[in-house]
Amino acid sequence: MSTLLSDGGAVVTRQLQKARHAPALLILTQTMPITMLLFFGYVFGSALAMPGSEYREFLVPGLLAATAANGLMTGMFTAAQDAHRGVMDRFRTLPMSRAAVPLGQTAADLLTTALSMVPLMLVGLAMGWRIEHGLPGALGALGVLLLFRFATAWAGTYLGLLSKSEEAAGQLGSATFVLPMLSSAYLPTAGLPGWLRAVAEWNPISAVASAVRVLCGNAGGEAAAGAAWPAAHPVAGAVLWSLVLLALSAPAAARRFTRGPG
Amino acid sequence: MTTTYAVLSEGLEKNYGEVHALRGLDLAVPYGTVCGLLGPNGAGKTTAVRTFTTLTAPTGGRALVAGHDVTRDPAAVRRAIGVTGQYASVDGDLTGRENLRLFARLAGLRGAAARTRADELLDRFGLGGAADRVASTWSGGMKRRLDLAAGLINRPRVLFLDEPTTGLDPGAREHIWAAVRELADEGAGVLLTTQYLEEADRLADDIVVVDGGRVVAGGTPAELKARIGARAEVTVADRSALAGAAVVLDQLTGGTPVLDEEHLTAGATVLDGALTLPRIIRALDAAGIPVTDAALRPPTLDEVFLRLTRVRSATSGHAKENAA
Repeated sequence: MSTLLSDGGAVVTRQLQKARHAPALLILTQTMPITMLLFFGYVFGSALAMPGSEYREFLVPGLLAATAANGLMTGMFTAAQDAHRGVMDRFRTLPMSRAAVPLGQTAADLLTTALSMVPLMLVGLAMGWRIEHGLPGALGALGVLLLFRFATAWAGTYLGLLSKSEEAAGQLGSATFVLPMLSSAYLPTAGLPGWLRAVAEWNPISAVASAVRVLCGNAGGEAAAGAAWPAAHPVAGAVLWSLVLLALSAPAAARRFTRGPG
Repeated sequence: MTTTYAVLSEGLEKNYGEVHALRGLDLAVPYGTVCGLLGPNGAGKTTAVRTFTTLTAPTGGRALVAGHDVTRDPAAVRRAIGVTGQYASVDGDLTGRENLRLFARLAGLRGAAARTRADELLDRFGLGGAADRVASTWSGGMKRRLDLAAGLINRPRVLFLDEPTTGLDPGAREHIWAAVRELADEGAGVLLTTQYLEEADRLADDIVVVDGGRVVAGGTPAELKARIGARAEVTVADRSALAGAAVVLDQLTGGTPVLDEEHLTAGATVLDGALTLPRIIRALDAAGIPVTDAALRPPTLDEVFLRLTRVRSATSGHAKENAA
């Protein structure tokens, strides 16, 4: 266990050094949510029936949840990029812990995500979003978001290790941007047709977005009558979804990494 | 007795589905020596190295590296080995120093010890000046030196070099060769795969020729050369005399003469051990062929290699090495 943590720490250092030498991907993933927040908040916000200020309060937790869900894309991309490079074979011939590479990658991702949540929240606050329940609410929301990010990063790592090439992972990863659209992240689900509403309410991103709304005391957190279980109990739903995802993908990714391609 | 060998394999087999990459490979590399593994593409060289370095599991037979079974105790094997080559490389997105510090930490060195080891190796391979630049911007020769340094991070007792100098200029190659020779002289066992026979000739104490996943010949470079006999080469005064020289060589040597019209030479492998240079010259003189130069010399390793693998390839099909 101690070798897993120290080896994982060495890999975290590696990931942060890589990001420092080639910061383009990091900058993109950090600024994209802010761009989307401004775009949705003021373009969509002006066109919706609900008042723009109310929509922006609804939207900020949604974008935080969507940002957390992006662990899927970055995890996939990071794992696939490494999987086909010679340095992975060197890792496999070193007397290191087998799970250290995926653990270090997901842990480094968690660190950079935690940092990227801060500017996103600040922009949100400037747009009129408020944390009504003080510091405990804010920390609770951050906890839910980071737990979900960690889980999606592991799931992404597993999918990235399965993918045949870096390009394939990139394309599949980009396709994940539709996932928040099928949730309550950007728009309330109440107006959706029945089957689509069920899909959206069971989408883990909905639970995470609603959990943040509930914990921060924002509009839109409480479920409409007859909503699915995760929508009615968003905090428990978000935590459970994250734990299930983590329990399924982390051991699978670690095993897959140990085996290597071929 | 097994621990006296750095690498020992008996009947090692590896199948990728229907493809038999290794078909009973027997190999023994003592400590303090360099073993050159030669063979055409697809012979099983890379599969053998990947099996010994725990990157892929054998499907049959057994392999001991530093006395540890690669299947039963891969962790112990990994603690004893260093790997360098076309597959196990460094991280191009990190600087040279960051790479070596990372591998030092992953090899079990802590904090200051890891930093010291990294700096030591950077100095030893003359990489100090570029150490803080990202490795993907380095020249090919410098990258290979960094690869080798990374392979030495844990002071391995057994070192695997998979085509360590492919694509390097002669100066960079000499640099790598000197470092490898030094390691073997310090007592490490080295297994080297290469496409360059000159490399094997210069570095290897023993050479093992593999083809179709099996060993087809082995011995010191001198023994292998002796096995296929000397080579006779004559230079004639003009092109019209070349055909006549070929006829004489054909009769005397029993080998098939190869003509070089540009340099006006005819050469053939000598299969008759009793043949001497005076006999060749007398026979050419008697046939009225104007000779300007004649020599009887040991074959190059290239000739040995071509001969040994050509004979085998004629009798069996090749396994595809990179099937997986």
